[in-house]
Amino acid sequence: MSAVPMTSSSSMSSSGLTPRRGLLLGPAGWSAVMGAVLAVAVLVPVLNLMVPAGSALHLSDYAVALVGKIMCYAICALAMDLIWGYTGILSLGHGLFFALGGYGMGMYLMRQIGRDGNYKSDLPDFMVFLDWKELPWAWTFSDSFLFQMAMVVLVPGLLALVFGFFAFRSRIKGVYFSIITQAMTFAAMLLFFRNETGFGGNNGFTDFKRILGVPIALPETRMVLFVLTGLTLIGCYLMARWIVHSKFGRVLQAIRDAESRVMFTGYDPLAYKLAIWTLSAVMCAVAGALYVPQVGIINPGEMSAAASIEIAIWAAVGGRATLIGPILGAFFVNGAKSWFTQVFPEFWLYFLGALFIAVTLFLPQGIVGLFDKFSSKKKETRA
Amino acid sequence: MTPDLMESMHEVRARHEARLARQAGESGGDAAFGRLLHAGQPDFTQGVALYLDDITVSFDGFRALNQLSLAINVGELRCIIGPNGAGKTTMMDVITGKTRPDAGKASFGSTIDLLRLRENEIAQIGIGRKFQKPTVYEQLSVFENLELALKADRRARASLFHRLSGEQLDRIGEILTLIHLKGEAQRTAGLLSHGQKQWLEIGMLLMQDPKLLLLDEPVAGMTDEETERTAELFLSLEGRHSLVVVEHDMKFVDQLTEGRKKVTVLHEGSVLAEGRLSEVQANEKVVEVYLGR
Repeated sequence: MSAVPMTSSSSMSSSGLTPRRGLLLGPAGWSAVMGAVLAVAVLVPVLNLMVPAGSALHLSDYAVALVGKIMCYAICALAMDLIWGYTGILSLGHGLFFALGGYGMGMYLMRQIGRDGNYKSDLPDFMVFLDWKELPWAWTFSDSFLFQMAMVVLVPGLLALVFGFFAFRSRIKGVYFSIITQAMTFAAMLLFFRNETGFGGNNGFTDFKRILGVPIALPETRMVLFVLTGLTLIGCYLMARWIVHSKFGRVLQAIRDAESRVMFTGYDPLAYKLAIWTLSAVMCAVAGALYVPQVGIINPGEMSAAASIEIAIWAAVGGRATLIGPILGAFFVNGAKSWFTQVFPEFWLYFLGALFIAVTLFLPQGIVGLFDKFSSKKKETRA
Repeated sequence: MTPDLMESMHEVRARHEARLARQAGESGGDAAFGRLLHAGQPDFTQGVALYLDDITVSFDGFRALNQLSLAINVGELRCIIGPNGAGKTTMMDVITGKTRPDAGKASFGSTIDLLRLRENEIAQIGIGRKFQKPTVYEQLSVFENLELALKADRRARASLFHRLSGEQLDRIGEILTLIHLKGEAQRTAGLLSHGQKQWLEIGMLLMQDPKLLLLDEPVAGMTDEETERTAELFLSLEGRHSLVVVEHDMKFVDQLTEGRKKVTVLHEGSVLAEGRLSEVQANEKVVEVYLGR
């Protein structure tokens, strides 16, 4: 290949050969992100804490807690989109990473209770109940916030790395991979159900009192957690967008579309899959760690098969491989869930099933696909 | 070491370099052929690009390849024909690392043992493969398909920070023109016609700039005009690259061999006949295999 003068390339890009790249978001996109940051970090705190409770503009504590919880779910849906939507690997075990992150945070919160528990002991209540005299080895550094936060990332991250390495190296794909991930989270649930495992058995952790010495039930504490969750979600979105718009992201999509071609082009899919798989797991773990102090409980139920499947449903309903779709999907499904479980509690699961079938049959692109269809129709009629 | 010994050593080296330069000139290619050995680089100074020796592959007792031996010269365009089930695709699987043979040797150039490398490593040292069924990244644009095939660092971290240079952009433009898809650059690859997908996959191979191209039925599903253009393209690659073309379309094979190049006939996993197309077509054994006994 001879050296070609740069002018020809610039003429080519002006003729529209090259896609517009290098921009993470367009001006409208950045405005939306700034809007989201302002809403989360300024608007919600003001409406909740400053505006008096009687006012029409007041945002109730219930609404703040609900949105905070759903934002944690949205981070999981985003993580699912990276691995399923973009790389074509359906994980039905992401609930495990979420729960492990939650347990990492929960252990610290249990130690923060101190002697204020029912048994007035230095040990967490469930250990006193089991007549344990000292902390199990896994709890050695659990009173250190920094150590536990490192565990929140490292334990699920390492588990994903090791699990992914063996699964991807053995070229386990498609439904087989999904089943193994489902089995993994189920096995972990059985393990955590046992009292001997040392993580509170089927009751898990609850009754938290403080975080970093500050009472956890204070409206201000809850608001800080809410704002942190919102900013984490926005940060995760920007990071995911940067990844899928890089060449790395295009290799992921190439793996989804034709993995053998990727290999015969000289890429090693193992490294790519392992990187995105581990990142996706860590995102879920961080979401779990933010979730537990806001919801006030973590138990092995989060590792159930259904919990992991729900994450996949949020992504599918919102629209796979769109990033914004799974976030919308998490809000839509969980918003509907909280409404339904209040109004028709017994019909929620039927509705969820019907929703999933309807999306699969009529909206393969999810909610985002519906918007696209609508806007392209509008353009057609205008033209 | 005595001074005159040192002097004769210089002479030997000079002669050696002159010979290398001469060989590079003879093969009609660029400096890719016949340079000094580098680790991980195939050595083509012996004039052989691909060498298969006594390769045997069996699946559950069925011998897909039976002591197959084959040598492809540097810059050669070799057509391989044979009835269904003759082992043509399995042969490509062995060369590209997808299938490990039970016995035999396979080397790229005279030094690189293909049987010790994985698929992606084999692709990186310069063997490109086109599948029988066109395999492109359906959801990506034509441009992005080519971009991913571009010669570049294949590691994950490098891909994360990769930026296209002007030179690489020109290279993509060049290939787009060559495969007649310039107008479709921003189109999603899944929307292309079957023949266009074949061209795109060939374009992706060319982006990798492989030294050896393996093409499995490259003109299946193409119109006559497209087939004609494909033949022209392959003939223009001959010399600079070595090509192995597996094909059923005898008219296409005839065009490619131009009545003088060697054709290999595979049957039941080994070479049945070799020679010019007219010769092998007249060969009784070949006729028997094709028409049934």
